[in-house]
Amino acid sequence: MDRSDAHGHIMAYSTLIRVWLLLLLFTAILVFVSKTFHEALAVWAMLILTPLKAGLVFFYFMHLKFEKTFLKAMVIVTLGVLIVFIGLIFSDLSFR
Amino acid sequence: MSFEPGAVHKDLEGAKLGMWLFLFTEMVLFGGLFLLYSAYRAKYTADFHRSGQELNAVIGVANTIILLTSSLTVAVSVTALQRGNKKLSLICLGMTIVFGVAFLANKYIEWSAEIRHGMFPNSPELLNHPDGVKMFFGLYYSMTGLHGIHVVAGIILLSFMFDFVRRNKITTSDYIKLENAGLYWHLVDIIWIFLLPLFYLAA
Repeated sequence: MDRSDAHGHIMAYSTLIRVWLLLLLFTAILVFVSKTFHEALAVWAMLILTPLKAGLVFFYFMHLKFEKTFLKAMVIVTLGVLIVFIGLIFSDLSFR
Repeated sequence: MSFEPGAVHKDLEGAKLGMWLFLFTEMVLFGGLFLLYSAYRAKYTADFHRSGQELNAVIGVANTIILLTSSLTVAVSVTALQRGNKKLSLICLGMTIVFGVAFLANKYIEWSAEIRHGMFPNSPELLNHPDGVKMFFGLYYSMTGLHGIHVVAGIILLSFMFDFVRRNKITTSDYIKLENAGLYWHLVDIIWIFLLPLFYLAA
């Protein structure tokens, strides 16, 4: 069971191991798809599975799921700014 | 004037927030490089595709498994210490450091092979290739190199944490240093999660 102590949330060993197994599974799918299927499908697998893997590490290994809304919001703003910039760059590149 | 160790005020929320603020600067630092990669990939799609095939995907995937597992061991180390199991915490921290060194050993083998093939920045061999290939290998060395420096920093940081836990400087009631070092290690893992498909699987 997950529980909390005086200054933080304690992750259960079983949760950590399940997250690790999921990360390995997603990596295996990613490698399999990129080596077997058409490039378009491989790109989609990458665009879906890679952020999902990063999200698992953020949420469980880095305890983000159990942090205050304020900290979660800061992570979203930081990553959001990056995504906006990537979007702006591509809107520029595609009209050259 | 002297204080009892327990009487020293510690702002644990502040310590953690400070670490996250540092991690945000790391995300933006690597984000800039990812931006550069995507822009040049869009410009030299065929060259990037071809160059990716020259990299050793087996080593790339092996290093991914190593880093993902090292993330698990550092997370278990924090949980173990929170639960008062110092021995398990030390074992897991030790394993994390060993995984980090194994990652760097693989990196050494991989880079040595690339360099033997003459594929390194400004090499006579690479200068004969089209611009897109030069860009790919430039980005490959700078991004995986910068990431490698972070792995080295993480290993040094975790070695200090190992010593602190061993000497009871980090304990069940005061483990924020270990937790923050763990956060850093996880971010190094996340960056690699993005590097893997960009360089090794995009061929």
